[in-house]
Amino acid sequence: MSAVLTANAPKLAQGSEGVWAASWRRLKSDKVGMVCMTIVALFLALVALSSAGLVAANWQNERGVPNAPPTFLGPAPPEATGAVISPKGPNVDLSDIDPLAPRYAEWAERASQFKTTDTVKAETLAFGGDRLGRDVLAKATKGAQVSIIVGVLAALAATLIGTVLGALSGFFGGKVGDFLEWVYNVFTAIPSILLIFAFATIFHRGVTSVVLILALTGWTGIYRLIRAEFIKHSVREYVRSAEAIGASKMSRMFKHILPNVSHVALVQLSLHVVGFIKSEVILSYLGLGVGVDQVSWGTMLAEAQSELILGYWWQLAAVTGFMAVFVTAFALFTDALRDALDPKLRGLE
Amino acid sequence: MAAYLLRRLWQMIPTLLGVVLLVFFLFKYFGSDPAVILGGLNASPETIEAIREQLGLNKSVIEQLWIFVKQIVTFEWGKSWATNESVAHLFASRMPATLTVTVPILVLEVLLAIPFALAVAYVRGSLTDRAVMILSTVAVSISLLVYVILAQYVFAFRLGWFPVQGWTDNHWTNLTTYAPLPILVVVMVAMAPQIRLYRSFFLDEIGHDYVRTARAKGMTENTVLFKHVLRNAMIPILTNVSVALPSVFVGSFLIEVFFSIPGLGREILLAVNRGDYPVIQAFSIYLAFLTMLVNLITDLLYKLVDPRVVLK
Repeated sequence: MSAVLTANAPKLAQGSEGVWAASWRRLKSDKVGMVCMTIVALFLALVALSSAGLVAANWQNERGVPNAPPTFLGPAPPEATGAVISPKGPNVDLSDIDPLAPRYAEWAERASQFKTTDTVKAETLAFGGDRLGRDVLAKATKGAQVSIIVGVLAALAATLIGTVLGALSGFFGGKVGDFLEWVYNVFTAIPSILLIFAFATIFHRGVTSVVLILALTGWTGIYRLIRAEFIKHSVREYVRSAEAIGASKMSRMFKHILPNVSHVALVQLSLHVVGFIKSEVILSYLGLGVGVDQVSWGTMLAEAQSELILGYWWQLAAVTGFMAVFVTAFALFTDALRDALDPKLRGLE
Repeated sequence: MAAYLLRRLWQMIPTLLGVVLLVFFLFKYFGSDPAVILGGLNASPETIEAIREQLGLNKSVIEQLWIFVKQIVTFEWGKSWATNESVAHLFASRMPATLTVTVPILVLEVLLAIPFALAVAYVRGSLTDRAVMILSTVAVSISLLVYVILAQYVFAFRLGWFPVQGWTDNHWTNLTTYAPLPILVVVMVAMAPQIRLYRSFFLDEIGHDYVRTARAKGMTENTVLFKHVLRNAMIPILTNVSVALPSVFVGSFLIEVFFSIPGLGREILLAVNRGDYPVIQAFSIYLAFLTMLVNLITDLLYKLVDPRVVLK
């Protein structure tokens, strides 16, 4: 008994644990959440390696024969050569009437000065090749890099916009609040997909554009939540006390209230990553996303559609697998994160 | 009621004005020069200048904004830059195809999701409930694209149950022959998240005291679920449907592209790819207006479903 007491004693002396430590403790006890966090971390490591050029840097190399099947299927059967029989026997000697004949020897000599090597293209690749013979696994990895980076950056930007505007609107209220509410109403009045298209019309293709489009159209939900939190908190006693001891408006907003509502922003950030990745995939599929020299899960799906009809299913399978694992893991991790940060919400959904 | 309606309509004006300003300045300052787009690759400076003159691009910003507002109010958008088809005609001729697909989708989604969600909510915590939840989480994480590609391949190309794609001028043929596959795919894909969402609505209600009271009075489970819980859960369901309603008009653009359905969604996408500003601007503004009207109607419907709701 005394042993138990002494074990607890130092902890009591330190006072209660902070909100982040408590959340981390709750998160650690959630097995599904931890597994999903590991998967997400592995994917992020893959993205980092791929960005650094250590993995899948040569995804554009045509390593295999066109549409090379996966190794476990074995090489594709040779195609039928058609009905025309190739002639047999020696070629007819045309050298007496061929006007180029005298120069053949000279050209052969000049050609021999250059060394040519035949690249041997693999019959099969680890998980198959696309129509140019590029390795599907390397492509899916590179696609993961683009899609995940776009999703994360867009979510960060949207959360930043939503949080700053929500904080201003909720804290100040009055004219500022009315104005921002008007902006919010305007942005939500236009159906989101149309707004995305309108932005896509005027921006050029590329990663930066997709991030901008998604962030500029996707901040409204976050704004609304953060605003509600700021309205709630700005009249609380701790904020009034801060005001009484002379804390400036900025200090009260971002030093006092923001840490208390940051869990809301974090959960929203995480929710939006998943949504934006899906949007990026669809935008890229429609040709409104990343540039033509880049690969993302969306552009791969666009290729996979016509490949499937020809029976080359591996690109579709690779993208679907990558995306399903990452998005499921991220979504479940978000759920666990929300439960850990905001235990009141646990079990509602 | 009339006063409420009037006030709500009055409140729409600033928002609508904002939408107009947003669309106008977005294209004015961030879009490329319309004259350059219209002139094409080999346009001489004189041609471009002539186009600028014709479109009124040489006038001051205020005057241009005034022209823009006049176009909106009079429904005179002129013609699509790409096809020379009048925008109004574009709207009218593409709408039926879109509605043929989206209306059955919305109706089926709601009608199927409600009983399934009620059933899952009823057996909350059981193995079935958890299996459905896990399945729906995984199902949602796969892109809609994958489902459409696979469904088209399996049901149309391999099994031949449906035509791969196509469309006719006959509404009935469209509805019975070409629309079923797209409708089926979307409804199947939307089912999982829909059930998940509705389940949470029902769970909210099932936990209330009135449910226990009803059971204590000896009412059958059917009465409790369908008369008490369902009616009380109608408000969030209605909100959810109203959020989805505007997209009924935009159409499931992905589906329209996939199945070559000549609807609004595909038209918008074509316009985006061609840089056809009048079409996109007109669509954005009118659909924003439509969305606001739908929201107003939903608020009125709340009153119908739940007499306790006070419109203020």
